[in-house]
Amino acid sequence: MQVTVKLFATFRNGRFKIAEQELPEGAECRTVVLGLGLTEEEIGIIMINGRHGVLDQKLGAGDVLSLFPLVGGG
Amino acid sequence: MDEVLKFLEDWTRDGMFPWSAHCAAVKHFGLSHAAVEGLALAIGLFPARYQRNRNIVDAEGQARLFSSKVAVIGCGGLGGYIVEQLARLGVGQIVAIDPDVFEEHNLNRQILCTTGNLGFAKVEAARLRVAQINPAVTVSAMQDAFGLANGAELLAGSVVAVDALDSISYRLELAQVSTDMGIPMVHGAIGGWYGQVATQFPGEGTVQGIYRNWVEGKGIEQQLGNPSFTPAVVASLQVAEVCKIILGKGELLRGRKLLVDLLEMEVQEIPYDLPLELVRAA
Repeated sequence: MQVTVKLFATFRNGRFKIAEQELPEGAECRTVVLGLGLTEEEIGIIMINGRHGVLDQKLGAGDVLSLFPLVGGG
Repeated sequence: MDEVLKFLEDWTRDGMFPWSAHCAAVKHFGLSHAAVEGLALAIGLFPARYQRNRNIVDAEGQARLFSSKVAVIGCGGLGGYIVEQLARLGVGQIVAIDPDVFEEHNLNRQILCTTGNLGFAKVEAARLRVAQINPAVTVSAMQDAFGLANGAELLAGSVVAVDALDSISYRLELAQVSTDMGIPMVHGAIGGWYGQVATQFPGEGTVQGIYRNWVEGKGIEQQLGNPSFTPAVVASLQVAEVCKIILGKGELLRGRKLLVDLLEMEVQEIPYDLPLELVRAA
């Protein structure tokens, strides 16, 4: 199945802003995150089709997954 | 008091009295700057320093700002700009909270940090700066780390808590204390080219939602640091929110977070359902 992956802020460095990815049926968000060389601890916000998601959430064909890093400085 | 008002009225032109009259009233009647400003605003006399606020903030709004107490938690990158802008806006009481002293690596971005005050308490620098800008504003300088143990005491009497902290765990504690006390919290956080702002009212749990996937440690700021402009942008957005909360105007960033990317010049809005399941501070 195909999903659209959108990356924000530092996650774009050396990667992309937006890309189509081919994934096995029933793949979880975590598969995409680890496949991009990101760690679970780096993930601030996960959005799936504009709604908040979690790492072990299963993706469906045509889903749009957006990943944002943690921002915590002052 | 009537004598003071008569004195100020004599100096009032077009509804406003100048700083020189303000100072003369302080000297002549032995009052504090805050007392003079409070008396004047109560009857709709406008200190001329707020002339350019006037079409945005009316006399009643200016009086409301003056009678408000706002807590600024953190006086570094974000907090320095926030204290400065609150004082210029005319917020009458500012509680500045930070345990730290200035260090050389603060000079690239922290507006209150100068080569002359390295090693000095950040909250003391905030107090001195405000005294130079607007002596009618009272700054309570609290050189202490904010936490669950002292949070209620530090926030007592404040109408808004402004998050200028640099730690996610302390932020979650601030979110909890402000919620428990029924105080709105204006969240801001920065890292490199990126920043975010959101406003939560008690029970909305937005800040807990923002850090729902956080386990420990810092965010991207740890690798990126912070340049001069990112704290200025985010702090200004936060002060706009504080101003609107006090005046009851406009659309607040409730149930949504603004994410600012100054490298690509993009702004994203992330929605947060209200209310969210609350996460306990670590």
